[in-house]
Order: sequence, then C-alpha cells, then structure tokens
Amino acid sequence: MPLAHSLAKRPLRALRLPAALRGERGLLIALALFVGALSILPLGRLAYAALFPKGVFDATRIVEILGNRRIFEATLNTIWISIAATLLATVVGTLAALLSALSDMRARTLWVFGFVLPLMIPPQVIALAWIQAFSPASPILGPLGLALPAGTRHPLYSMGGIILLLGLYNAPLVFLSVRASLYRVPSSMLEAAQAQGARGFPLIRDIVLPLARGGIFAGAALAFVSSIGNFGIQAMLGIPARVPTLITLIYRQLNSYGSSALNDMALLALLLAGLTVLGMALTAWLGRRSDQRVDATRRPPRRALGRWRLPIEATAWAYLLACLALPLSALLGTALVRGVGQPLTRDTVTLENFSNALFHHDGIRQAFGTSLLLTLGTVAVLIPVAVALGYVLCWRPGWVARALAVASELAYALPGIIIGVAMILFFLRPLPFIGTGLYGTVWVIFAAYLSNFLALALRPILGGYAQIERGLDEAAQLAGAGIFARLRDVVLPSLAPSVMAAAILVFMTAINEIQTSVLLVSSRAQTIGPMIIFLDEAGSSTLAAAVGCLMVALVLALMGLSLLLGRRLPEGVLPWRD
Amino acid sequence: MSDIRIDTLGKRFGNTQVLHDVSLAINEGEFVAVLGPSGCGKTTLLRCLAGFERLSAGTIAVGGRTVSSPGRHTPPEDRGIGVVFQNYALWPHMTVAQNVAYGLKIAGLAKAERAARVAKVLDTVELGPLADRRPADLSGGQRQRVALARCLAMQSRVVLLDEPLANLDVHLRAALEEEFARFHAQSRATMFYITHDQSEALALADRIAVMDKGRILQFAAPRALYSEPADETVANFIGEGRVIDVRSLEPMGAGRARAELLGRNAPLRCRPDQRAQPRARVSFHPGDLHLVPEAEGIPAHVIRASYRGAFLRAEVMAGPRADIPFTLNIPAPASLTQGQRITIALRDGWVLPAAA
Repeated sequence: MPLAHSLAKRPLRALRLPAALRGERGLLIALALFVGALSILPLGRLAYAALFPKGVFDATRIVEILGNRRIFEATLNTIWISIAATLLATVVGTLAALLSALSDMRARTLWVFGFVLPLMIPPQVIALAWIQAFSPASPILGPLGLALPAGTRHPLYSMGGIILLLGLYNAPLVFLSVRASLYRVPSSMLEAAQAQGARGFPLIRDIVLPLARGGIFAGAALAFVSSIGNFGIQAMLGIPARVPTLITLIYRQLNSYGSSALNDMALLALLLAGLTVLGMALTAWLGRRSDQRVDATRRPPRRALGRWRLPIEATAWAYLLACLALPLSALLGTALVRGVGQPLTRDTVTLENFSNALFHHDGIRQAFGTSLLLTLGTVAVLIPVAVALGYVLCWRPGWVARALAVASELAYALPGIIIGVAMILFFLRPLPFIGTGLYGTVWVIFAAYLSNFLALALRPILGGYAQIERGLDEAAQLAGAGIFARLRDVVLPSLAPSVMAAAILVFMTAINEIQTSVLLVSSRAQTIGPMIIFLDEAGSSTLAAAVGCLMVALVLALMGLSLLLGRRLPEGVLPWRD
Repeated sequence: MSDIRIDTLGKRFGNTQVLHDVSLAINEGEFVAVLGPSGCGKTTLLRCLAGFERLSAGTIAVGGRTVSSPGRHTPPEDRGIGVVFQNYALWPHMTVAQNVAYGLKIAGLAKAERAARVAKVLDTVELGPLADRRPADLSGGQRQRVALARCLAMQSRVVLLDEPLANLDVHLRAALEEEFARFHAQSRATMFYITHDQSEALALADRIAVMDKGRILQFAAPRALYSEPADETVANFIGEGRVIDVRSLEPMGAGRARAELLGRNAPLRCRPDQRAQPRARVSFHPGDLHLVPEAEGIPAHVIRASYRGAFLRAEVMAGPRADIPFTLNIPAPASLTQGQRITIALRDGWVLPAAA
C-alpha cells in the first residue's frame, strides 16, 4: 500500500471548503474574484458611467463634452506633451544606455545609479526640486550669480518646461529597456561588422541600434505611458503655467464640483485611457518585428572611447550634475531656510522645517502614518496574491490566467488618476450588507493600491518563477502536498529573493504615491504623496521641500538596503543595479 | 496492488497527437523500460502516468483503480506514485533529510516516526552521514540516491524514472545502473523507466516497450527484442540491427528456416507458423556475420576497417555489383586492409513476420 493510502488522513480541520473550491481550482477562483473586484469591475463601472450616464447611450452629450473648447485644448496639450516628452526620453535614455552598456567609461556603476535614481523619487518631489533650482530665488544658482533676475517668469512654468521635465524624468525607463536589449546583442554580430571595417558611429547606426530596436520602442512605450499619466509634474508645473492637460483638468474639476461632475470626468478619464492604449499600441506597432535571437551567453565587450573618453565622461557627469545634483541640492537648500528666497548662510540655516515635518505638523505626521500603514497592508496582501498568480501564469496557463494578468497590467499601465475616478464611482454608493459607503475612507485608497500595484509586484516574481525548475513543484505534488503547502514549502523559499525585490518595489512606489490617492484623499484619510502639492499650493514651500528631502532620504535608504541583499537577487530585477 | 494497466491511451496537445492508442499491461513488481528516440512521446507517457497530464482518450489503472481517463483524473498528490526526475528535482533549500522527510510530513506522520523512517531509508542508500547536507553539496550520484530515497521513504509501489542517467558522464552510469537494480530488488516496486539509451534498457529491464512517433512498436523481454524484433523499425533500432532481402524462404519446422542470401544458403529462425515465400525480409546484427573460407561464402571487399579493442569492425561491400554494404565484427586478433577481398556468411537471422 502506498503511504498516502495506508495512513489515516490528517485530523479534519474544523472548517473545510467544499471539494470544488479547494486546491488549485479554489485558488484560481479566489484570484479571479480578487482581480475582478479590484480591477475589472471598477474599470467597467468607469466605462459604463462615461458612456451610459443615466443608463442610456447619449452621443450628443459625448460630442458636446469632447467638443468643449477647454477640453479640446487640454486633449491637444496632453497629446503634444506626451509625444514630445517621449521623444526626449527616448533620445536621452538610448544615449545613456549605449554609453553604459558598450563603452569603457569609468565609474559606470555610480553613474548608472545616479541616472536611474530620479525614477525612484516621486515626480512631485522632482518637480519641486527643479522649481527651486531654476527659480529667480534659486538657493544654488543665486549665490553663483547665475539665477534669473527677480521678477522674471519661471522658465519651467511653461509647456516646454513640462516637456523637458517629463522627458528627463522618464529617460531612465528607456535606458533600462535599451540596456537590457543591448546586453542581448550577440557580440559576434558586432565583431562581424568590425571585420567588415565598420567602427564608431556607423557601427552604432547600422548594427547596434537596429538590433536594439525592440528595446528602444518598448522603452518609448513605457515613457509614453508614464508621461501621459504623470500627475506630479503636470500638476506642479502645468497648473501655475495655465497649461491644462486632461489629468489636471479632471483633478481640478472634481475638486471644484465634487461628485456632480463625476460622469463627465469619467468620460474624460476614458478618453485619457483611450489615448494611453492608443499610444502603447502605436509604439508596439512601430517596434514590431520582434527579435528572436537568444544567444545570451556573451555580452558584447565594452569598446574603448579612445581620445573621446574624457569629453564624453565630462558630458555624462555634467548631465547628472545639472539634472540630479543641482535640483536636489536646491531642494535641500530650500528646506534649510525659513522662507523661500532667503539666502542660505550660517545665520539663516535652520532645521525647523525638518523638525516641523517630522514632529510638529499633525497633518504630515498623520499622512505619513496612513501612507505607511497603507503601504505595508498593500505589500502584505499583494505579495501572496502575486506569488499565487505567478504560479498559475507560469505553470497552469490558460485563458483565465491570461485575462487576469492583462487586467492587472491594464490597471497598472493606465494613469493612476483613472483608477482614482474608477474607485470613486465604484465605491460611491453604499455597499450592500454594510450599508455605508467606503468613499472618503482609507479603504478606497487601499483598494486602489491593490488594483494599481498588482502588476508591479507580479513582474519580479514572474522573473523568479522563470528560474525555478518546475520539477521541484511536481516532486512536491508527488509527495502529496496540496497547492498551498507547495506554495509555502517549495515555491516561496526558492522565490524568496524575487519576493523581496517585489516587496521593495511595491513599498517604494506606494509609500510616495500620488497619482491615485490625490483624488481619493479626504479630511479623514490623507496620504503623504499629495501632501507636497497641498503644502506648496498653501504657500509652505520650505516645509514641502523638507518633506521632499525626507522622501528622497527614505528612497535612498531603501535602495541601499536592497543593494545590501542584492547579491542574491536575480539579475535585472532591481533597476538601479548595474 | 501495483500493476499498471494502460488501455488505448491517447494524448493530444492542441492539434498534435502525441500518443496514439498506447496499451501496456505491466505486472506488479516488474521493471519496465520505455525506449525510444527523443520526441517519441515517452516523457508524455510518464507524465500521464504520474498525473501531470490529462488523457485525451483511454484509461490508466493502477492496482485495479482507474486513476486517469478523459472524464476522471486523480491528481498527482493522491496517486502515491514516486518519480525520479531527470535532474532529480531536489529542493535546494532543504537538507537531504528534509527532502526525504517532506512527503511523510505532508502525510501527517508523527515527528519521531518520521525521523526514524528517514534515518533507516538514508542508511539503506548509504547516505546516513550526509543527512544534513544540502543538495548543492552532493555529487551527481549522491543526488540520485536522495531522489531514490524519497521514493523509498514514501513506500511508493510504483516508481517512474525519467531518463535519470541522461545528464551524467559515462563512468558514473554503470555504477548507477547497479543502484537502480538494487533499489528494485529491495523495494519490489513496479518500475517504469524512460530512456533513449538501449544499453541501459537492455541491461536493466524485465521488459522493454519500444516507442516511436507516439506508438508502442513492441513490448517484450530484452532477449526477444534483440533476436526476434516485431518489425523493421525495431530491428533497425536495437543493437545496430540490419534488415535485408532474402529469396526462396523455406520453413523447416521448429522455428527454423533457410533462405538464399546473395546466392548462398543462410540458416534462419522464424515464427512457427511461417510459410514458404519467394521473398522475405530478415533482420540480423553485425555479430551474425562471420568470415568463412572462400568456397562457402559471399565474396566481398573491405571498404574500411576500424580497431575497436576486443574486435575489428569491418565495413564491406558485397553482391554482384559490389553495392550492398555489410558491417561485421571480427574477433581479435585479426587484421584487414582496405580493398582486401574476403568471403562472409550469415550464420543467424530472424525472418520478420510479414506486415499484417
């Protein structure tokens, strides 16, 4: 008799699910319910509210709203800003990737860390830092005599300023994607071209760039999605500059008119979602003819820059100085004085803003507490869900799993503000059984985070699954272990590094999150992300700068922590590691 | 209680039919090898038995209990079947002892009993001193013994082995083949061994199922497979077999026959019910050809002779137009040179039954 049959079954648990809901089928049903309730239903509700506001489809209303001059202008602005910023990000990101992947520049690891760092800093903090750095009252350029004369209009408060900042902010996304594809270019292809006499610029133009094409367009798609949905920069620069975009329009209308404007805003959100999907589809189409070469054994060797080395290195470091060091030190400079524009001297320097931010300002303290709890809760729920969803996606593929993955990707890729509108619509009415709505409570933000960040948690975990040998799970199955025992005893220990990476990524993204929560925060539930905008709007720029500095410090601490345990992580999971 | 009945099993992946009408009856305690080229469906057959794949047609019954059919599927967790994976699938984060104990822990065995059984099993496979090592610190052979110990601990009555020697070097293979034989003798489990290496299959198995393109071609004892292949594919596949045309086949009773090969008489074996035929196909192996004095044999000339240690391997051409190639082994000491003229004779061969 096999052991499995001869032994008495384990003592019955007090509660057992019916057979149909146990095991893998039960897991799949639970996952479908989770993704369905948090991603599919709210987005469906949004589309319904946009197109059928009173239960009927009304074409004239749609034409009327979309034909409105202000909305038309905002739509055109949105399209133009996102396309221009994407082009800028693609050029800068590709150049940086070529430099770091193929050249023998010195101190590369440090430079890459600096180049990717802005990606991890919340956009509203970046925007605030740039505003401080290039304002007429700049704490850094001022003493150097390089600041603009007082009374000039701030150069970043303009369409060009928004494009510049969005482009530079998203360049690391293109960089990561292009670098990954450059590492996959077989070195023999470059050597063959060199044997034919190609070198320098022709080698890059004719061989390297065509081979990295898939990565360039994938990066461009990411940059587009991130630009069109970037609330932090569009709001911090666009609102003072009076350059309306769809995102800022939705935000301001909801703030002014409340839920009466919801159906119209749902339509705008749907328009924004449509533009996002259109942009992704267009870049995917441009970057088609996917590359199937898998010769990943040998990275292309780094090429000597020769006599160009010094000028190129100087340019690279000057870029970091201008785009990272200058804004961040300006932010710190502002945080260290009592009022904006005060020169930073031994007499004016003060830690008052930091102590206020950390200990005295109730709003900030509560917001930080709420954000921390929300983030920890999000990590605690999403990591097990992502591990289970990854299992189904990798080892039990089928149309249900595919649909769940697509839904979670959509909830992640669509601008956060769309999820925000969807969540308001979905949770506005009182819930059945409970009798009270969740709108205005911290639970709506929690639901939005769970919906928004599932795909973010899923990516490193899928990477981890790709490295586990499937036989390990099958062997445990033969040992009699059910799905949950296998996930706990076999999958999770093998997946631990990727799970850590996923937790860090979700934590870093959620703790400073602004896009979704800016619509969902209320007097009862504040998060720290939008706090900077509220403080800045209320005129407390120095306090906002101090909060921004603390956010950067938190991000740096987490990145440092992740690098400490980085050695055990699969390659390519942490973007800031070279 | 652990006999396996596979009945008209079919398996499709999308539009590709991977297994056609596979039927095998395996006795309790038997060691069966499934032999076939890669891509012939043998691994799919093993995964069907283990319960990792659902059937498209047919049934699998183990110990009289139907475990798989298109409408019914016992999950692998509940089959109590052991599998030794090609790369052993040892859990890297558990020690040797934990690897062996895991199934017992899942089954809810008390801790003391578990430890006792693990210790006993590890002693059986001579891994007792390594109980606290991790799989990464073991050699290939030791890893395989851990995989076997896992099956022993679970007292699996059916053990499936998926090309367990494929990743090992030649020297280790012989030692590990012995290990399997010993494991089989001790556990008396029904063993189902997948391989593409015929020497492994011939050495280990009680019976061998030869598979090709998703079908079972022949299921028989190694000796029968070698000397009485069922068809040309099996004949060509096993032991460097060769198939050739003969004329004027005449049965002589008691399974003997004779026929004419290139104008010379050849003694052959055949089925008892074999009838006389003007033409037939005969299978033989290089060892069935011999050098004979000039008057008795088929004239041939040597194309190539290569030294193989215990014998000399000769490639020769024979026939009226010198265009029929033969390969024969000439026992040492011998020497042949290219172009040398020799005479050869076929001393044994098997008349392939006419295709039904």
